[in-house]
Amino acid sequence: MANTAPVHHAGDGETRRDFLLHSTIAFGAVGGAMAVWPLIHSMNPAADTLALSTTEFSLANLQEGQAITVVWRGKPVFVRYRTPAEIEAAQKVPLNELVDPQKDEDRVKKGEEKYLILVGVCTHLGCIPLGSKPMDPRGDFGGWFCPCHGSHYDTSGRIRKGPAPANLTVPPYQFLNDTTVRIG
Amino acid sequence: MSTEKSVWRKAFEWHEERLPLFSFLDHSVGSKYPAPKNLNYFWNFGSLAGFMLVVMILTGVFLAMNYAAHKDMAFDSVERIMRDVNFGWLIRYMHANGASFFFIVVYIHIARGLYYGSYKAPREVLWWMGILIFLAMMATAFMGYVLPWGPMSFWGATVITNLFSAIPVIGDPIVTFLWGGFSVDNPTLNRFFALHYLLPFVIVGLVIFHIWALHIPGSNNPLGIEAAPADKIPFHPYYTVKDAFGLGVFLLFYFAVVFWVPNMMGHPDNYIPANPMVTPPHIVPEWYFLPFYAILRAIPDKLLGVIAMFGSILILFVVPWLDTSRVRSATFRPIFRFFLVIFIINVAVLGWCGAQLPEGLPLYLGRVSTFYYFFFFLVLMPVIGWMETPKPLPASISSPVLKAAE
Repeated sequence: MANTAPVHHAGDGETRRDFLLHSTIAFGAVGGAMAVWPLIHSMNPAADTLALSTTEFSLANLQEGQAITVVWRGKPVFVRYRTPAEIEAAQKVPLNELVDPQKDEDRVKKGEEKYLILVGVCTHLGCIPLGSKPMDPRGDFGGWFCPCHGSHYDTSGRIRKGPAPANLTVPPYQFLNDTTVRIG
Repeated sequence: MSTEKSVWRKAFEWHEERLPLFSFLDHSVGSKYPAPKNLNYFWNFGSLAGFMLVVMILTGVFLAMNYAAHKDMAFDSVERIMRDVNFGWLIRYMHANGASFFFIVVYIHIARGLYYGSYKAPREVLWWMGILIFLAMMATAFMGYVLPWGPMSFWGATVITNLFSAIPVIGDPIVTFLWGGFSVDNPTLNRFFALHYLLPFVIVGLVIFHIWALHIPGSNNPLGIEAAPADKIPFHPYYTVKDAFGLGVFLLFYFAVVFWVPNMMGHPDNYIPANPMVTPPHIVPEWYFLPFYAILRAIPDKLLGVIAMFGSILILFVVPWLDTSRVRSATFRPIFRFFLVIFIINVAVLGWCGAQLPEGLPLYLGRVSTFYYFFFFLVLMPVIGWMETPKPLPASISSPVLKAAE
């Protein structure tokens, strides 16, 4: 075994041994990341949680001016049968007065403007705004009021005042017939 | 008697040669650790914090034996601990109030470090380890408060996890990841319990690093000057006895609360099962988070509010460099001391603001206090250190005492 460590030539920075070392580290890092991914991904929503992602409900008993709350993916969804005055108020607001400009028409289904369907979760830090029950405060703009940090939403669920950065989210939904809606 | 060693002594030495466990402890917190002789009672709070960590882990392990981490059972299992489990009420009240007292002790410990300049060279890494312990404590306390699954638990979890939704683009996927679903639900409760059990042991590890880093330069002292070997006394028995006395006084306060007003620092609302469809009208975090909550709400922008809140703690990491004075102890820095005392009062004011509804006076006072919080660190600390002429420092810990005797 007269052969010992390879002779280093002056001037060449990278040796074959360095290359082997760096590629071993690189493969180790990639392998480590791949081994950790199942652990991390196990914390994302599981298949049964994802399976609960649609909800159907009936509008048959909802009267004008009333609102109901249905549960979709563990969260409340507000369904409000708006009065003509509320619809008009929502449509009349100039877009430049809005924090998160969006037309009322874009937040409801055409021909079903009276039904406003929104995810009932404040876009600030996730509290449930008040305004769906008859005795609830509805805020300065007649829509919803979040009691946690004081966000006011209008009759289209758009943010008008307070710390929330965005309008109440419109969930994906469709009318299965005149009185049945599926969310999700 | 001959000088022959007893069989016990021989057995002890046989073991120490193989694993020097007792020598290690003796060097860490025993007779082989020389500590400055002038430490005052503010130096008791480090060992008190260590004691509370042990109390929390012990009571927590026994609570876990009767707790069910499931959204349908968690609330009832806590009520069962309170009503049916032998001494369950005592163990739970010790644990719940223990969290509060742990924070009281740690806040005094941090304030002591700020006052006597314990963060300055060569103790910067020691200070960092302390901040990491503080952060891990906050995460542990937050997740622990979620476990009883009352409305304050549920909405506290919702609001705090939603802080991450302020991050652009990846915010919402992060929140979904934290929840393991689309809202705070059973998967969230389950993982919070697992992490709440894990993190205290991470804290134990950090505490070992904290004490290790302490032993490189040794303890700071109220004068903030280097302690000469002649000015040091062995930690054991001098400070073990002093710490034990302080512990006795501390336990009087702790158990007065545990036995007589165990719900003083809690919220009655949390004795109702959580309802994911209804947010209580006035949600507030536990008292020890209120100053940071006030900073969050003082800023009328979601992302900037979240940045300010996290920044208010992370800024502590750079305090050793923000303070430009080489004199450690505020005793010799009258101008700094004046603004530091105002800073500590200001943190209490922030705490008060955090408990109020964010309207009117509390909102504006919260904004002024938030401004002062950052102004103190970012402007006053560097500027005062640069312009202030400190009082003359004593040559050694003994010298002012000797001069007074002359």
